[in-house]
Amino acid sequence: MKHNVYIYILIMALVTFAIRVLPLTLIRKKIKNRFVRSLLYYIPYVTLAVMTFPAIMDATRSPLAGAAALALGIVLAWFGAGLFKVSAACCILVLVLELFLVK
Amino acid sequence: MMKEKRKSSSPLQQGLRDGVPIGLGYFAVAFSLGIAARRAGLTAFQGFLTSALINASAGEYAGFKFIEENATYLAAAIMTLVANARYFLMSCALSQKITPDTPLRHRFLLGFYITDEFFGITIARREFDPVYTYGAVLFAAPCWAVGTALGIIAGNLLPAFLVSALSVALYGMFLAIIIPPARQNKIVGVFVLIGFALSFLASRLPLLANVSDGTKTIVLTLVISAAAAALFPVKEEADDEA
Repeated sequence: MKHNVYIYILIMALVTFAIRVLPLTLIRKKIKNRFVRSLLYYIPYVTLAVMTFPAIMDATRSPLAGAAALALGIVLAWFGAGLFKVSAACCILVLVLELFLVK
Repeated sequence: MMKEKRKSSSPLQQGLRDGVPIGLGYFAVAFSLGIAARRAGLTAFQGFLTSALINASAGEYAGFKFIEENATYLAAAIMTLVANARYFLMSCALSQKITPDTPLRHRFLLGFYITDEFFGITIARREFDPVYTYGAVLFAAPCWAVGTALGIIAGNLLPAFLVSALSVALYGMFLAIIIPPARQNKIVGVFVLIGFALSFLASRLPLLANVSDGTKTIVLTLVISAAAAALFPVKEEADDEA
């Protein structure tokens, strides 16, 4: 059975809103449990890493171009480039590399 | 990022001005997100609605993957929780920054618009003023929603080589979020690398071929993060700055 897209959107919106608003409204105390705090600290970085690779290689027509964009993005972000610069540079690199890599 | 503001401009104007570069970045990334949404079969309106309500790159991207895979609603809810967990931390940090008498409507609205960028500029500003944040939101949030819708529409019209190039903008944004903290904190850096490696393995192991990408993402994230939290618990103040 195909699920309803609007129900997906509603669920995602409610969960996201709860995550963002609860600490600002109801839970105004610090979380005491060290493991929970540590888990919350690491999850964002780990999940973005897991979602980035190897997905970036499957998003482009040439996996090699995707891998190169990953490497460039890491280097630029390492040296402090912001979101727009990193994203734009990755796009341009793929555009140029695929001129040669994709026949 | 933050330049000295002229004293004469109002908080709203300052916010609008700081919202312009954020909005440009959002537009490019949202366009790329729209390409992923189109793959999941969303219409331009559905993409616009998702972005207007959720304002989260990774959360929406993960959600679109789940819609594409026709996952259960529960799985989509869990994935949203995991992908957006960082906003919980930011909300905690923001709750320390805002003045205690801030009315509930501002708490709801500020919370609704917590993203890496809006959070960043709100925290970086010396005095807290929600109107400043709303100024940035006023310009950048529509860029995000409209960009997603246009990405869905243009994904059908643009030639394949452009779609291919634009689709990496989203991953560029992810890297811009995770790499600077990975540079500052070696443990974060190591676990980012472990995340890359295990995610690659999980995608190529024939044994896991029948497990959906979404499920892999949830399980890998929780297992690796739990290992990191158990082996290297953060110090008292480490999560305040998020």
